[in-house]
Amino acid sequence: MNQFAISATNLVKEFKANKSVVTAVNGLSLQVAPGETYGLIGPDGAGKTTTMRVTLGLLSRTSGESSVLGFDSMNDMYEIRKRVGYIAQQFSLPPTLTVMENMLFFAGIHSVSSEQQKKRIPELLEFAGLSDFTGRLAGKLSGGMKKKLALACSLIHEPQVVMLDEPTLGVDPVSRREFWNLLGNLRAEKGLTIFVCTPYMDEAERCTRVGLIYDGKLIVDDSPANIKRLIPGHLLEFTPSDFDAARKLCTALEGVLEVQTYGEKLHVFVDDVATRKTQIEAALTSRGITQDRLREIEVRMEEAFITLIRQHQESVELKGALPQKSEILGDVR
Amino acid sequence: MLRRTWAITQKEFIQLLHFPIVLIGLTVGVALELILFAFAIHNNVTHVPMVISDQSRSEASSSYLNAFTDSADFDIVAMVPDQAGVIRAIDSGQASIGLVIPVDFATRVQQKDANVLMVVDGSDSFDAQSAYGNAAAISQQYAISLAPQQLSPLESHIQILYNPDLEDMWFIVPGFGAFLLYGIALKLTAFAIVREREAGTIEALLVTPIRPIELMLGKMIPNLCVAILNLVLTYSVGMLIFGVPFRGSLLLFSALASLFAIGSLGLGLAISSVSQSQVQANQLASLTNIAVMFVSGFMFPVYNLPLILRAFGYIMPMTFFLPIVNGIITKGVGLNDLWTPVLSLAALTIIIFYFSARSFRQNLD
Amino acid sequence: MQFDFQRLGALIRKETIQILRDRRFIMLFLGLTFVQLFVYSYAASRTVYHLPLAVVDQSQDSTSRAFVRALVNSQYFDATMYLGDEVQAKDAIAKGQVKAALIIPPQFAASVDQHAANFLMLLDGSDQFAVRSGYSAAGLVAESFGLQMSAESVALTGAIPSTSGGLPINTSTQILYNPDLNDKWFVIPGIIGMILQTLAVEQAAIFLVRDREWGIMEQILATPVRQLELILSKMIPLSILCLLAFGISVGLGIFWFGVPFHGNIFLYFWMALLFLASCLGLGLVISTRARTQFEAETSSLIFMLFGLLLTGLFYPRTGMPLIPQLIGDIAPLTYFLRISRGIYMKGVGLEFVWGDALILAIYTLIVVFISAKNFKMRLD
Repeated sequence: MNQFAISATNLVKEFKANKSVVTAVNGLSLQVAPGETYGLIGPDGAGKTTTMRVTLGLLSRTSGESSVLGFDSMNDMYEIRKRVGYIAQQFSLPPTLTVMENMLFFAGIHSVSSEQQKKRIPELLEFAGLSDFTGRLAGKLSGGMKKKLALACSLIHEPQVVMLDEPTLGVDPVSRREFWNLLGNLRAEKGLTIFVCTPYMDEAERCTRVGLIYDGKLIVDDSPANIKRLIPGHLLEFTPSDFDAARKLCTALEGVLEVQTYGEKLHVFVDDVATRKTQIEAALTSRGITQDRLREIEVRMEEAFITLIRQHQESVELKGALPQKSEILGDVR
Repeated sequence: MLRRTWAITQKEFIQLLHFPIVLIGLTVGVALELILFAFAIHNNVTHVPMVISDQSRSEASSSYLNAFTDSADFDIVAMVPDQAGVIRAIDSGQASIGLVIPVDFATRVQQKDANVLMVVDGSDSFDAQSAYGNAAAISQQYAISLAPQQLSPLESHIQILYNPDLEDMWFIVPGFGAFLLYGIALKLTAFAIVREREAGTIEALLVTPIRPIELMLGKMIPNLCVAILNLVLTYSVGMLIFGVPFRGSLLLFSALASLFAIGSLGLGLAISSVSQSQVQANQLASLTNIAVMFVSGFMFPVYNLPLILRAFGYIMPMTFFLPIVNGIITKGVGLNDLWTPVLSLAALTIIIFYFSARSFRQNLD
Repeated sequence: MQFDFQRLGALIRKETIQILRDRRFIMLFLGLTFVQLFVYSYAASRTVYHLPLAVVDQSQDSTSRAFVRALVNSQYFDATMYLGDEVQAKDAIAKGQVKAALIIPPQFAASVDQHAANFLMLLDGSDQFAVRSGYSAAGLVAESFGLQMSAESVALTGAIPSTSGGLPINTSTQILYNPDLNDKWFVIPGIIGMILQTLAVEQAAIFLVRDREWGIMEQILATPVRQLELILSKMIPLSILCLLAFGISVGLGIFWFGVPFHGNIFLYFWMALLFLASCLGLGLVISTRARTQFEAETSSLIFMLFGLLLTGLFYPRTGMPLIPQLIGDIAPLTYFLRISRGIYMKGVGLEFVWGDALILAIYTLIVVFISAKNFKMRLD
């Protein structure tokens, strides 16, 4: 029945705080096939970490179903833990243990035999680039190296599934790229299933499939390419001299499907690039607004998400559930 | 300045009331503690288990033993054949004291030359002294009753002032109440200050024109009120339930108790200023709490303390407040008899405040 | 619930390394033990010597002065003030300047000769130590002084004194284990237990909570470790540390404080280990129920107070009403106190302490079981 590596059906998780109930996850369903890299994206507080923790069995489920490798999160907790590698969001490895001691510790608690340990530990250290640092205290490693050590420790027992909660948060872009390269190698070599929460849109691009979570529900669940195709129109980008005026102008123009802000740039979705580009240029000039580098750019995950979130909110508003929200700022990383 | 202090005071009051459980727990808990411990702690040693080896088995020896059984001080738990048996009984903990009456007791009593061996469990020296003293006294009384004319030429009259019946509660309650108050004061300030520091709100406050002294006072005042409430409750419970008489001036007591409360709060302030975390503050507070019990004169007499410990006692407000408490409650004396401890307490309070204010300010920077 | 020794071993190794590398923790732990040992041992004493005494000598003759000297020579009293009358004496007591006052009526010497002398001793009843000590001391000194006086007068008159020197029944005393009734001999075996109970409970209580608050716990929870393994891994390294502190304290007791050790040292240490295990287990129970470090700390503080007052350490348990008795029954110290005093001071063997030892063993099993059950393998 369950050929999925990770599966959740109508998952609900409620937290009770003093007298109120907070529903962090509100009927979420997803499936991850073996060997996939699945990215769970969403703004802060959307329910990413909670979803991951409930699936792993670290939090108790309020209702619905969730399982990993066919094992139920609540009833077969230990079976899951044997087969999954996990890096928590606020992860911490014992800081007063050295790199090697940490590896040995995690090997020990995953019951890895000593022959296996002799083989795997050097491999993993090499893989993570930590071979020269075996004697360094974990607390004294740089942020990026700590993450790599966490990754190595989570792989020591050759898990079939790896679940990572915002693993590259707060890490410099170079280390981030290195980390994702490692993950890519893992997938290629070992066929691991990788489940990742990330706030970084560029990382979403590297996943097999992406789920956008908002307010405890999945708004969209598809491959990055398909998601981008969901967005109608083409994307024009430019930097106006008068931001507010330009925005109002473009929104009112014919053929403009949507306008998003992006820092000091404007993103304008149009139905046809050729015609609308010149029209916009003309309109701006007529108002005396200069612009810089008006050109078409490829739709990225960020723009897709902003649109999708707004669409979601509008449909919810129509159902009368939410108060009016005027605009979503393009402030997703 | 007053307005700012009042603002802080109000905020602290509100914050305090946010945790009604804490407040109730503190006040009610303290009253309960008092009841619990005061009933439990006593130094009177009665019903001490006693083992007898009566090798004489005569009327004289039975009569002698009756003197012991008649008193409530001893319970005869075993009769053994010989001295070795007595020692064994004490070894096993079955008895704390034993009497060995020799075979020729009856005849020797006639000759006014009898001897009884008392074997005492010295491993419990606190109780041993009382038990031994009691037993010796009973024996002496009995001997005197046999030969009234052989009195010592010197008759002693000993008069115990203030507490002639040696009521244990009268010893314990006044001091214990002070001890509990001290504990509360420490906990309150430690809680108030470190909590804020950990929450980071202290930084937010520092940006305002608030001066450190105002912050400090603002925090102290609500805690002082809670402490005083506690005090009243504790002593009322003590008086009502244990029947401890209050002989002195209530007004004077309240004033001095407030002084003590302020000093204790100041000490609590000092502790939280030097602690880097809630945990540390708690640990330090607990330690001083217990240490104070030992060196202030509450559990053990001050006279025998070596110099270092005595000096340590002098920086604790409790050491000076105890004689005040005993003085007002049990002795019923007034201010003119209490000058020494009162002045010392006042001086100490001022010193504590000075230092804690300084370290508080330093810590904020 | 499966139990795996390899996992346990890995956990124990981690805990041990963490403790060993935390120099501050070890220093603090040992330091606290020894400071407390010294403070409490030197403070805890009920025998009161050198009670400040006011003397109102209305006779001022050689006998009265001899009596005062006798009181001072006994070491129980220090004649610090010489006053004129009873009123002044009472006043001095009220002020707390003295704890006792001696009033000798006029014609003391003559009255002694006539076997009709008396004196009045006023004691400060607000001070329980002064009273108890002063009462028995005054009685003792008076008795021996009186006997001495009558012996002297008998010698002077040439009459034959009765052999026993007064009373038909005399008591001789044999004090076992602690012939000088040295307070320290009595206090120290118990104090060591109390200090360690407090420390063990407190450290165990915050240990678990500390890991949880560091986020290490989440990582560990995502592995197959079981509750029992976690609990045991916390207890075992800490027990060793506590045993070390215990050993050094006992060493100090023997060599610094001079309290002789009478029993079997191996048995003593095994019992100590059992005691420490039960204390740590208790601390872990507190830890599994507390949600923040503050809660854990407060609970262990309350427990410390109980340990001080209700275990029979300084106040006798006989005669305690039911509730304090029951509370005292929960503290491991109550049982170890008997074992400790038994082995250390009395030199008894297992045949006398097995009852308390068995209770401690069962206690340990129960608390380990409870804390393992309580320990949630989830974050909520």
